Amino acid sequence: MTNSAPQDQAAKPENGIAGYLAGHLREYGLLFALIAIMVFFQIVTNGTLLKPVNITNLFLQNSYIIIMALGMLVVIVGGNIDLSVGSVMGFIGALAAVMIVNWEVPVGLTILACLVVGILIGAAQGYWVAYWKIPSFIVTLAGMLVFRGLSLWLLEGQSVGPFPKTFQLLSTGFVPDVFGVGRPNATALAVGIIAAGASVWMGLRKRARNKAYGIEDEPTAFFIARNVIVAGALLFVIYKLSTFRGLPNVLITMGILTIIYAFLTEQTTIGRRIYALGGNEKAAKLSGIPTERLTFLTFVNMGLLAALAGLIFAARLNTATPKAGFAVELDVIAAVFIGGASMSGGVGKIVGAVVGAFIMGVMNNGMSIMGIGIDYQQVIKGLVLLAAVIFDVYNKQKQG
Amino acid sequence: MQTLLEMRNITKTFPGVKALDNVNLKVAQGEIHALVGENGAGKSTLMKVLSGVYPQGSYDGEIHYDGQIAGFGGISDSEKLGIIIIHQELALVPLLSIAENLFVGNENAKGGIINWPETFRKTEALLKKVGLAEQPSAMVDSLGVGKQQLVEIAKALSKDVRLLILDEPTAALSESDSQALLDLLLELKEQGVTSIVISHKLNEVRRIADTITVIRDGATVSTLDAKKEPITEDRIVHDMVGRDMSARYPERERRAGDKLLEVQNWNVWHPEHATRQVIRDINFHVRAGEVVGIAGLMGAGRTELAMSLFGRSYGRNITGSVKLRGKDIDTSTVATAIRNGLAYVTEDRKELGLILEDSIQRNITLANLPDVAKSGVINEAEETKVAEQYRGAMRIRTPSVFQKVMNLSGGNQQKVVLSKWLFTGPEVLILDEPTRGIDVGAKFEIYGIINDLSAAGKGVLMISSEMPELLGMCDRVYVMNQGGFVGELSAEDASQERIMSLIVTE
Ligand SMILES: Nc1ncnc2c1ncn2[C@@H]1O[C@H](COP(=O)(O)OP(=O)(O)OP(=O)(O)O)[C@@H](O)[C@H]1O
Ligand SMILES: [Mg+2]
Repeated sequence: MTNSAPQDQAAKPENGIAGYLAGHLREYGLLFALIAIMVFFQIVTNGTLLKPVNITNLFLQNSYIIIMALGMLVVIVGGNIDLSVGSVMGFIGALAAVMIVNWEVPVGLTILACLVVGILIGAAQGYWVAYWKIPSFIVTLAGMLVFRGLSLWLLEGQSVGPFPKTFQLLSTGFVPDVFGVGRPNATALAVGIIAAGASVWMGLRKRARNKAYGIEDEPTAFFIARNVIVAGALLFVIYKLSTFRGLPNVLITMGILTIIYAFLTEQTTIGRRIYALGGNEKAAKLSGIPTERLTFLTFVNMGLLAALAGLIFAARLNTATPKAGFAVELDVIAAVFIGGASMSGGVGKIVGAVVGAFIMGVMNNGMSIMGIGIDYQQVIKGLVLLAAVIFDVYNKQKQG
Repeated sequence: MQTLLEMRNITKTFPGVKALDNVNLKVAQGEIHALVGENGAGKSTLMKVLSGVYPQGSYDGEIHYDGQIAGFGGISDSEKLGIIIIHQELALVPLLSIAENLFVGNENAKGGIINWPETFRKTEALLKKVGLAEQPSAMVDSLGVGKQQLVEIAKALSKDVRLLILDEPTAALSESDSQALLDLLLELKEQGVTSIVISHKLNEVRRIADTITVIRDGATVSTLDAKKEPITEDRIVHDMVGRDMSARYPERERRAGDKLLEVQNWNVWHPEHATRQVIRDINFHVRAGEVVGIAGLMGAGRTELAMSLFGRSYGRNITGSVKLRGKDIDTSTVATAIRNGLAYVTEDRKELGLILEDSIQRNITLANLPDVAKSGVINEAEETKVAEQYRGAMRIRTPSVFQKVMNLSGGNQQKVVLSKWLFTGPEVLILDEPTRGIDVGAKFEIYGIINDLSAAGKGVLMISSEMPELLGMCDRVYVMNQGGFVGELSAEDASQERIMSLIVTE
């Protein structure tokens, strides 16, 4: 209609900051929850949580969860779920151990073979889900049993290890200080400063672009606060690491993977199509999106990351045990949902999943330091997951 | 006459949108009250306020019902008072039987145990009342939309309805189903049921309404009493759009060029029942600059034809050839069909057309992402620019292109679907019920867009159940019945009677 509607002018959020916050409660909430949990455990553990050695441990302990959470987020956004990742991870660890220790296959070749096997496992499961439309819950539940059994069979019920040094470096190695300063590790500091700078710079760029296109703006105070907190936390953590042994290799792996997946999901056509697929498969299909192939690929990707996680986990423990990876899928899935993904697909962010994984990780670590038994730990983690999802649903209802 | 319902100064705001701004509505006991207005005027929102979908406290203003101030915390509260709403989107459970659907949440049960004989008996009585000859045990998904709509009404009747609210009940219905439904409403009126009907079909409004309330941009514009004097459609349109609209169909220079699309010997079988042929030996063509219609009753196979052409999205064992400018083209997948210049605007925008959780922007670019991307990386700024262009050109009413499509009114959602397909730059645009649920003004705009396409030498294939629309827009009309074409009429020869007689004689 030519006569303009009053809605057109009512475009500006009426009550600036409060309105903005209401619309983005989830994103800020997650960040604040992580900070609050860290502060809480920092206090109750008398400062142990943020000791350099413990921060290093936190990364080592949680790396495999975070790596799998990346793949799981993609699977869940695509409207599926993968229950087999824990078993696959254990199986790949076992395979690596048997190959290296029993068959004396070179480390490099083993790593390559294991990753390929991971891809094949993902492809095998994805095939049924994508092309036969068998619910992923069932296919991967089967996979979970199969690969749990196969690891037992491979290891003949025994632990196999230890691994050669070169393999362990995958997980417990540290990036050497190229500047030769030693402590604090100058390489680490440099990386930290560059990373913090890059994150602020990218934030500014995005903001400038949004402004140019009149996209809803984050209030300036929020923008500054958020960036100061994120950059500050990054620098803080890296400084702490630098005073210990520097940057763990896995941290680098994790960081790079996170950036790659965040980019893939948010900036590329393939990422966009996966969101569309999860949001409404039929509409996506009628838009020319190869929904089957994409579903298939999300599982292939998950298989690859589960294999990588399996290698890293085995390298850290320095043995492969039949119990490795047991119930890990639950932590991974929980991390993704805490991070704001939706069970029905189409919604969720990589950064959310990573923060969700950290929330789980910090809780695990903090509670262990406090000496809380594994029994209560489970209860508390379960309640946190429930609270996060309730918060989501509540938020949605209030907006609707 | 006694007033049953009065809504006073209702104001309802969503983040960034004032959907209702001091709306007043007065409904008399025992009348049929029509609520009309443009897409996004706030009709559905007003009815959601009334029925408690938006609970008291989430809006401003007062509701007086039956002489008392009423405030509902939820749908169940309003249902207790006999206010039953049938939403724009049907809300039946497809895989349950009619009987189960009628009494879901309201079961004939003692101590939690359902009394099936009684349920079936009651169902039978209710079905008779609405004129459905179906078995109570029939699955809802085996019924057509028209019958499903009647089941919805039966469900309302099972709850002792006093005020029945129907939000665009005939939007998805065929001519005859619509007639049946309107007759039923008139019959219910005789029995003392008051109804509020939202509709964009003004001829239907004229037929049944005692009073017509027009809202525009979230405010009441006028209340017309149709009992005293008949209200002309032009009058209603005037109030709806705020100005006179002389013509319903924009002028177009008719000038058909060479054959653009040609489909030969098209045969399609049912996806599940391999022996059932759904489309039979269809041959047709569309010339450059031509608007070609396909007329037919519901179930004639028009949507099936369109979807089977568009990347074989429907059916199996498809045979036949599709030519564009005389050359065979590959339409075996949706992606290749799009690449070869076809676009299909679905009749079912919610299920098949949109990602409701996603923004307007993301929906518009979805079928043609490469055009806003460079080597697979999306240029979001460019994307926003495109979305803004379409928002302007199509007059999509929204505070921003980042609004979730879910939050748009039905008509504006339709414009988003259209934008999405226009952005793919099609040679031949297949439109399936393109103006379903769309107000007169927006219809005019969409017709204008169709004309622009044809002026640019594109072809348009238009499926529509609204015959006046086909007659007003098309250069040629194919008539379809039971999976085959039974006739072809030029614009000069076509009339409602001729089309109907072609369908019937078959
Ligand atoms: N949940 C919501 N969030 C934000 N805006 C909304 C929401 N629901 C409705 N709106 C807005 O309120 C306005 C009125 O919408 P409504 O659905 O009532 O229109 P309508 O008159 O029923 O239109 P149509 O004829 O197209 O169905 C529209 O601008 C719409 O975008
Ligand atoms: Mg509506």
